[in-house]
Amino acid sequence: MLETIGTRSVDALFGDVPEFARLNAPIDGLSSAMSELAVSRKLSNMAAKNTNAGSVPFFCGAGAYKHHVPASVDHIIQRSEFLTSYTPYQPEIAQGTLQSLFEFQTQVARLLGCEVANASMYDGSTACAEAIVMACRVTKRKKVIFSGGIHPHYAAVTHSLADNIGIEMVVLPACVDGEAEVLKHLDKETAAVVVSCPNVFGTITDLSDIAKAAQENGALAIGVFTEVMAFGAIEPLGAMGIDIVVGEGQSIGNALNFGGPYVGLFACKEKYMRQMPGRLAGQTVDLDGNRGFVLTLSTREQHIRREKATSNICTNSGLCALAFTIHLSLLGQKGLSKLASVNHARACQTYDTLSAIDGVKPLTQTFFNEFAVALPKPAAPIVDELAKQGILAGVPYSRINPECSDEMKNVLLVAATETVTDDDIAALANALKGVL
Amino acid sequence: MAMNNIGRPTSIDGNVGEVVQTTSGSKGLLQKTELIFEYGSKDTTGVDIEDVTTGNSRLGNLARKEEINLPGLSEPEAVRHYVRLSQRNYAIDLGLFPLGSCTMKHNPRLNEAMARLPGFSDIHPLQPVSTVQGALELMHELAHWLTTLTGMKSVALSPKAGAHGELCGMLSIRAALDARGQQHRKRVLVPKSAHGTNPATAAQCGFEVDEVAQTHDGRVDLEDFKSKLGDDVAGCMITNPNTCGLFEPQIKEIADLIHSAGGYFYCDGANFNAIVGKVRPADLGVDAMHINLHKTFSTPHGGGGPGSGPTVLSEALAPFAPVPYVVKTSNGFDLIENETGEAAQAFGRMVAFHGQMGMYVRALSYMLSHGNDGLKQVAEDAVLNANYILASLKDVMSPAFDGYCMHEALFDDHFLEGTGVTTLDFAKAMIDEGYHPMTMYFPLVVHGAMLIEPTETESKATLDTFIASMRALAVAAKSNDKSRFDNAPHLAPSKRLDETQAARKPVLKWAAE
Amino acid sequence: MSVKFTKDHEWIKTDGETAKVGITQYAADQLGDVVYVEVPEAGKTIAKGDAIAVVESVKAASDVYAPIDCEVVEGNAELSGAPETVNSSAEADGWFAIVKVSNPSQLDELMDEAAYKAYLESL
Repeated sequence: MLETIGTRSVDALFGDVPEFARLNAPIDGLSSAMSELAVSRKLSNMAAKNTNAGSVPFFCGAGAYKHHVPASVDHIIQRSEFLTSYTPYQPEIAQGTLQSLFEFQTQVARLLGCEVANASMYDGSTACAEAIVMACRVTKRKKVIFSGGIHPHYAAVTHSLADNIGIEMVVLPACVDGEAEVLKHLDKETAAVVVSCPNVFGTITDLSDIAKAAQENGALAIGVFTEVMAFGAIEPLGAMGIDIVVGEGQSIGNALNFGGPYVGLFACKEKYMRQMPGRLAGQTVDLDGNRGFVLTLSTREQHIRREKATSNICTNSGLCALAFTIHLSLLGQKGLSKLASVNHARACQTYDTLSAIDGVKPLTQTFFNEFAVALPKPAAPIVDELAKQGILAGVPYSRINPECSDEMKNVLLVAATETVTDDDIAALANALKGVL
Repeated sequence: MAMNNIGRPTSIDGNVGEVVQTTSGSKGLLQKTELIFEYGSKDTTGVDIEDVTTGNSRLGNLARKEEINLPGLSEPEAVRHYVRLSQRNYAIDLGLFPLGSCTMKHNPRLNEAMARLPGFSDIHPLQPVSTVQGALELMHELAHWLTTLTGMKSVALSPKAGAHGELCGMLSIRAALDARGQQHRKRVLVPKSAHGTNPATAAQCGFEVDEVAQTHDGRVDLEDFKSKLGDDVAGCMITNPNTCGLFEPQIKEIADLIHSAGGYFYCDGANFNAIVGKVRPADLGVDAMHINLHKTFSTPHGGGGPGSGPTVLSEALAPFAPVPYVVKTSNGFDLIENETGEAAQAFGRMVAFHGQMGMYVRALSYMLSHGNDGLKQVAEDAVLNANYILASLKDVMSPAFDGYCMHEALFDDHFLEGTGVTTLDFAKAMIDEGYHPMTMYFPLVVHGAMLIEPTETESKATLDTFIASMRALAVAAKSNDKSRFDNAPHLAPSKRLDETQAARKPVLKWAAE
Repeated sequence: MSVKFTKDHEWIKTDGETAKVGITQYAADQLGDVVYVEVPEAGKTIAKGDAIAVVESVKAASDVYAPIDCEVVEGNAELSGAPETVNSSAEADGWFAIVKVSNPSQLDELMDEAAYKAYLESL
């Protein structure tokens, strides 16, 4: 090969690298090549040091949920043609990806009660930030109001972007059931109110009046959720009149993965379609007149619009979206409704059991599969203590909002999905009694 | 005599030719695939769910009134549906995928197995840190590899993809400037040849983009660069090796210039795979650089993600890194999640939780498998393969620039002049030859660009077969053999698709006719 | 009524105090199939050289610049449902906006039809 190239060494090909920067030996401080067995042994040892959700009574939520994903989902997404393909820029040889994205968009739109949905974002938090940027673009206003029920991480992610592009964020104090508080801050400068259902405390609220009030004021209503499975049981946010609906889709098709990769969902009213970030698959025909799909409305995107693009997003969550769409195809509305009802039943059962414990005060009134309780003392040390006993009891609110009030430091977020058993609930209740 | 194949013809010399129109809509192995909405049923589900009796409901008045209107499939239906769809996709597991700048390399399956260990895949991001020590250890070790390979001070692991990593780097620069009281520095210098994500990212952080010209040999025009420096410059975003597949020989001068002008150097690390183990970006004066784990460290692209874009930071930017990150303490590993104490200057947070753990496992698995010696060879083999393609095609195609390339070979459409064949036609004809096309019409600075990146994955034999096909196509184009280009591809699962119709009358979801 | 042209291939046809603005057939042909046009809202004031509309093909989005200082009277609403009109009738039905001309003397700085034709040939 070197002869064809016309050189005597591979190093000669690196001739443009300034001499002082060339490394002639492998970099110090790193191991040399290991066999497959050795790598497997090393990483398996690391994995074994973690307590996985399926091995203990498990009640953590706050934006990531343990659900059972049918075996066929993970099997299908590991097919080479899905796993090792690229973004479908060549539609003639990417119809598999494109049709599945089109089906995904349709499923998401229906599930969320919206007119259009995109082909995925990184996760719920980044989808939320993008929705705020989009609302400011649509309304040409710069103020956004976050309810106290928004996941604090979602607000933080938005905040990291906002200052630099002149977006003024009003974030209301943590509040279990106060989505409508945003309206007190609504004015003619407001680009959007950002409200949540289910919110980070699990509370579900009818957002219709909030949406209407925002729109009457020339603002958009952005609806955020962290548990997409809820919409198997509750009214979708689109049906409440919300303009942009965003949230986390991990619960359908995707494992916990310690926080990622996940799949952000992004849906909105059709009139805002051209302001959406991210990829869109659209239907068309090929030369023979057969139906086919392509990536479309690409002029919104960075590779064409560059600094005027609606977002810089490029590679997003393709395979996670595929897992979502396969799982949802398997469920159908029949399966999803039932799965959602089982989640709700388990959550109610856990709620009733914990509420009966002295010192545990339930805070959330209406919820899907997650709720907040106030403990008589800070929740974080209690969760740590229960972890030592082999029970993952939930997420202390202070973990995701370290600057919260002392009162909120006592709040524990408890999620119960279909994976929770009677024994798990009993174990949690007994252990909790022991430490209070 | 005993006849056991009554009248069955066994030779193949029948009539060849005419395409058979089938009655089913399928074509042999290529099965017709309706949309799930067209044959799934609302009364079907492919998932068994245990009955749990519901005592009471706490949904208030919010029980879903509207029908969800989602069809269900049985498990065999679903498996078939997606297997049939999959067969319409090209993939690196199927053949060479020379998509320049995208780096489609083999994805070792060990990495998949490791990422699926329940100790990694089935842990919650907000479990007590005492219960996820192995996960934090893995993140810490990955960070060690990334900082050591780049020579940089620290790394923000959490960005979710390359473009998100760019955002992380540019937000770090913004925070560092603000901390110096230099809010007025808003201008960012970006070469014309840059990925679209660069200017889009800069704009998303509130910077103004100022384009820098390119020299005739495909590098940053240093004189133009100098002329654009000033007191309002925040920094520059430069890809190295650049999008023309060339190393910027004056990269250190560029770094020194931007530093003495008071700005920072963001390096787009999309092409780090060409120099990993050979060059440490820190030695070149880089302040921030994202690394696409799927490009350099072989996490699968998945048809459009998930990616992962850890961003390495210099001493000057490290204090501004976003939360969370992992630290090693006397009794194990801890997560810094709050913007207090040592993270008081953090610019904020890129994502909920900790980033793409599933990708971290795969990337570390790849790094450990290759080691520091193997990673160096990855870069060498990638560069060798690209130069072999460049050398083997330069007499029939037209290289955009003289000299060696790095990990990808760039051609322009000069060789197609007068043939009536465009870069697009050429690319589509490659599909019929069994290849995914190269990147085309990018970088924008080269007319009718064709950017070919073979990666280290390919053997000489595979490259020779590919080269033979490319040569044959180039010769065909020049000899006016247009039929193979007109309306190509002819042999793909779909014919050319009408993108105009898709954009004029957008249909973004299925609706009953 | 007179028609003037810019080097960026916009045309402006004045009729009393108002004028229609669009892109030339040459520009439309260069763009290829137009798939979307973002026309300006009535009442917007636009300075000469600033974007008055955006015209999109499948793979490109191009700003259309105001040939003169003006105030928008009406955007061509027909184009949202039929962007292909820009291709079929760039210099008539495919107009983008009717504007009120703020400073008529600016029109003198633009090319007339003959000068634009000569300009095209020089490209």
